[in-house]
Amino acid sequence: MALVEIENLSYQYGKLDALSDITLSLPQGEIIGLLGQNGAGKTTLIKILCGLLPNYTGQVRIDGQPIGVYTKSIVSYLPDKTYFRRNETIGGAIRLFRDFYKDFDEKKAREMVNDLWLTEKQKIYTMSKGTQEKLQIVFVMSRKAKLYVLDEPMAGIDPVAREYIRNTILQQYTQDATLLLSTHLLQDVEQLFDRAIFMQSGKILRNVEVDTLRAETGLSLDQYFREVFG
Amino acid sequence: MVQFDNGAPIYLQIVQEMTLRILSGTLQPGQKLPSVRELALEFGVNPNTMQRAMAQMEQEGLVYTKRTSGRFLTDQPEIIKQKREDFAQAETKRYLAYMQKIGFTDTTQIIAYLQNMQ
Repeated sequence: MALVEIENLSYQYGKLDALSDITLSLPQGEIIGLLGQNGAGKTTLIKILCGLLPNYTGQVRIDGQPIGVYTKSIVSYLPDKTYFRRNETIGGAIRLFRDFYKDFDEKKAREMVNDLWLTEKQKIYTMSKGTQEKLQIVFVMSRKAKLYVLDEPMAGIDPVAREYIRNTILQQYTQDATLLLSTHLLQDVEQLFDRAIFMQSGKILRNVEVDTLRAETGLSLDQYFREVFG
Repeated sequence: MVQFDNGAPIYLQIVQEMTLRILSGTLQPGQKLPSVRELALEFGVNPNTMQRAMAQMEQEGLVYTKRTSGRFLTDQPEIIKQKREDFAQAETKRYLAYMQKIGFTDTTQIIAYLQNMQ
């Protein structure tokens, strides 16, 4: 059974169609790439899944439930912009996550923070962008969620930080969960994906198993992406 | 992490790489394999892809599963021998095609060349 069921989903920003009539289902237990250029509608779709944009039309269900309190409790979300308050310390963020999310594994998060050579008193905004991104992935992946939604976790950071993020995703991902990762940079992540969903102008262009696409076209995801959007 | 050719199915490239490790002795016949999780991390792929590779290897008789104790490499010499021949044939074909491309049009010429090399 699909974990996420989307039917005839549309969303407008003013008069602009950000999503138009999307029907899509995401299976349980896959790592899925949500691919498309800036403005394709990736972030809008993600925000709807995470319950941040309520005024959509159409049907969206996660684990059989409409978007709401329950779905928020089983979705672990990494936004494209930092969600930490200014002045927040690492320890403060850990307590925040613990209080907010029943599925947050505090011990695991502390271990991963330790492995990064960070201490809990450190203020998050004093760290480099790469370190902040690493920290965010630590928090998001320390939840035992049914759906992980990562919005551009690799954007604007150096290769070493990208590798850390990729490895953390692989280490913490369990096969009973679904992980949706949006990106427009494919080189580092394409061997992570089971499936790729290509978006353009608020529509789904293609939803395909990645190894099937490779066998069919002889192209990498990156090459295919350039061919489709180039 | 293993570097893959991203233009070909990754699970098949994992099968290829694992088979190569068996043939070259990096992996021993009959040896127990790490879990899918551990292998996935080592190869830098997701566990589903690794599972698919293992299923393919199982189908080819290269690995088998013991219900309670995990996955093992085959210890049957004939399966390994067959794979060695398959790999040798594929590589030889590639080599011959290359030699022809650079002007060794006759197989006897190539054989003479190989003998001279020794």
